Amino acid sequence: MAIRERMSGNEAVATAMRQINPDVMGAFPITPSTEIPEYFSQFMADGLVDTQFVPVESEHSAMSVCIGASAAGARAVTATSSAGLAYMWELLYVAASSRLPMTMAVANRALTGPISIGNDHSDSMGARDSGWIQIYAESNQEVYDNFIQGVTITEATRIPVMICQDGFITSHGVSNIELLEDEKVREYIGEYEPEDYLLNSDHPLAVGPYGTAPYYMEVKRQQAQAMKDAMPVILEAAEKYGKITGRNYGFFEEYRMEDAEVAVVVIGSSAGTGKAAVDRMREEGKKAGLIKLRVFRPFPRIPLAEAMCRVKAVAIMDKAESFSNSGGPLFSEARSALYDLPQRPLAINYIYGLGGRDITVEDFDRIYDELFAIEKSGDPGDVYRYIGVRDSRDGEGQER
Amino acid sequence: MKKIRAKEINEKITWQDITPGAEIYEPATSRYVQTGDWRVMRPEFIEDKCKQCLLCVPFCPDSSIPVKDGRRGDFDFAHCKGCGICVRVCPFDAIDFVKEDR
Amino acid sequence: MSEKQGKMTEIRWHGRGGQGAKTACLLLAEAAFFSGKYVQGFPEYGPERMGAPITAYNRISDEECTVHSNIYTPDHVAVVDETLLSAVDVLSGLKEGGVLIINTTKTADEVRDELPGFEGPVCVVDAKKISMEMLGRNFPNTPMLAAVVKASDVLDEERFISDMRKSFEHKFHDKPEMIEGNMKALQKTMDEVRVE
Repeated sequence: MAIRERMSGNEAVATAMRQINPDVMGAFPITPSTEIPEYFSQFMADGLVDTQFVPVESEHSAMSVCIGASAAGARAVTATSSAGLAYMWELLYVAASSRLPMTMAVANRALTGPISIGNDHSDSMGARDSGWIQIYAESNQEVYDNFIQGVTITEATRIPVMICQDGFITSHGVSNIELLEDEKVREYIGEYEPEDYLLNSDHPLAVGPYGTAPYYMEVKRQQAQAMKDAMPVILEAAEKYGKITGRNYGFFEEYRMEDAEVAVVVIGSSAGTGKAAVDRMREEGKKAGLIKLRVFRPFPRIPLAEAMCRVKAVAIMDKAESFSNSGGPLFSEARSALYDLPQRPLAINYIYGLGGRDITVEDFDRIYDELFAIEKSGDPGDVYRYIGVRDSRDGEGQER
Repeated sequence: MKKIRAKEINEKITWQDITPGAEIYEPATSRYVQTGDWRVMRPEFIEDKCKQCLLCVPFCPDSSIPVKDGRRGDFDFAHCKGCGICVRVCPFDAIDFVKEDR
Repeated sequence: MSEKQGKMTEIRWHGRGGQGAKTACLLLAEAAFFSGKYVQGFPEYGPERMGAPITAYNRISDEECTVHSNIYTPDHVAVVDETLLSAVDVLSGLKEGGVLIINTTKTADEVRDELPGFEGPVCVVDAKKISMEMLGRNFPNTPMLAAVVKASDVLDEERFISDMRKSFEHKFHDKPEMIEGNMKALQKTMDEVRVE
């Protein structure tokens, strides 16, 4: 029987960590993920976990702790946000390229500047090329479920996993959740038995050697293959999890897409707000749909393109700028995925929600209205757009 | 699973066969790298002058002075880079230092 | 609001950093959860400073709510600090007939006099007085929470009182003296306040 509870996304992640009972946690606090090590250290104090809790002086060191622990053969976790993730940067690559399993909770927060503690995805989107698997959550329930699945995914693929949720919006928002019993979590993740690890004196091992030009590229190519091979592993982990919880996950969720004519593609908590707009559109007889991307790395290029190509017009939403003058990171990749299809929808990009800017059901209403207009006219106009930003040209009817 | 040995990893290895994360599954693989090729000066062991104090052994950065039964032997020229540290530390002038002539 | 979410109640809290508006909001979410509701309780963070105005929100419903935006057209508004009336437009978007629940020593009419154009229902609660009497300290959260439950009629009152005991036992498991004081403050508020 599932345990009905109410808690914030941060408490949900910390609870998942308690149930996982990892060998090592590297910990350094940063808003809005600070509560995760706080809750966890309470679990430590209460004797509920056997974890080696390593409080360090920076996120650079917290990630280093996880790297050392994972190489030694331990199950390692950590949590961070924003500048903390940025400070881990070089180590993110070390962990991924050394093929060290670990699971990191990210409570997404904007990067400076201006200085902000508000939510957006610029921190983890900036780390999108570091070689980590990235899984995003709409709710506290999803971040809990994703974190537990993350442990099995990282250990099966030997690729570190980032489990992302929207800072404050879900990290600090309390709502209903169904938890698994501790023993079910432990049964699901199993014992961690790495094949090779530094503390195994019977089989000496060297980790992280220098890679000269004749070797470096072969290592990277193999790493790229591992990311490709992670695709079925992620689905298997979700299927196994679905069997014990009844909650089913894939690379993305399709909401009312069966006969949709237009769709929004969005990551994270805003998907829930978008779903309410879809319901409203449907009540008016308008065929709107929504695709919530859950797995951003590896990027589910082919299935996502196939889902998008069933509509006439699609708005791809980015909660991060990439200053490319060509749209945000999700837009660049999702639109590129459409290129191989003979028939593809018109695609526009909206940058939204930067630095904690709220996005409402009414904002999504406007996006859907725009998509229906584009569907009708066949002209997407300027594809690189913002929503939710004050603009001196508002009301002048200008194209932006 | 049978592990690939360091000896089998060379510049012909494909991405499929290289080890995950470039891990190496055995110790002391540096012996496969013939750093002796780099030498421009070479130490010459003068056995007659040597008192077997073995001071040169820990100073050698490349572990190129083999010791057997408490006595040092001639240099391991496959790995000696010719740095000359042993020449400097020898208290008995038992190591000469000459230009390498291959 | 769609039909599906027709039974949802949205409440917006106004307070100042350090006064516990967020805590009161989370306590309400917890109480509603115990009553078998789907709940959301979430703060909106501005400057991280004691005394800075903060906002917190509750959605309480019989069905799951996926909306993750702030609340702009609340069913009710709770004001933890009356000095906010001159600093923040606490009535912004308040629905017709929605109750303004406010921590003050003033009467409902006096509060309305300060809010030109507002003729809606007001529920005044002297949370400081009740808190000082029952807890010996100024923790306005519990009386505010009780007043919100009473004024909004979002939860069954008897169930609420018994659930809150559990909630305080959870929150104050290391400070047992706080449990009884809070329960007394809760009951006194429920008995005394009314919507005028």
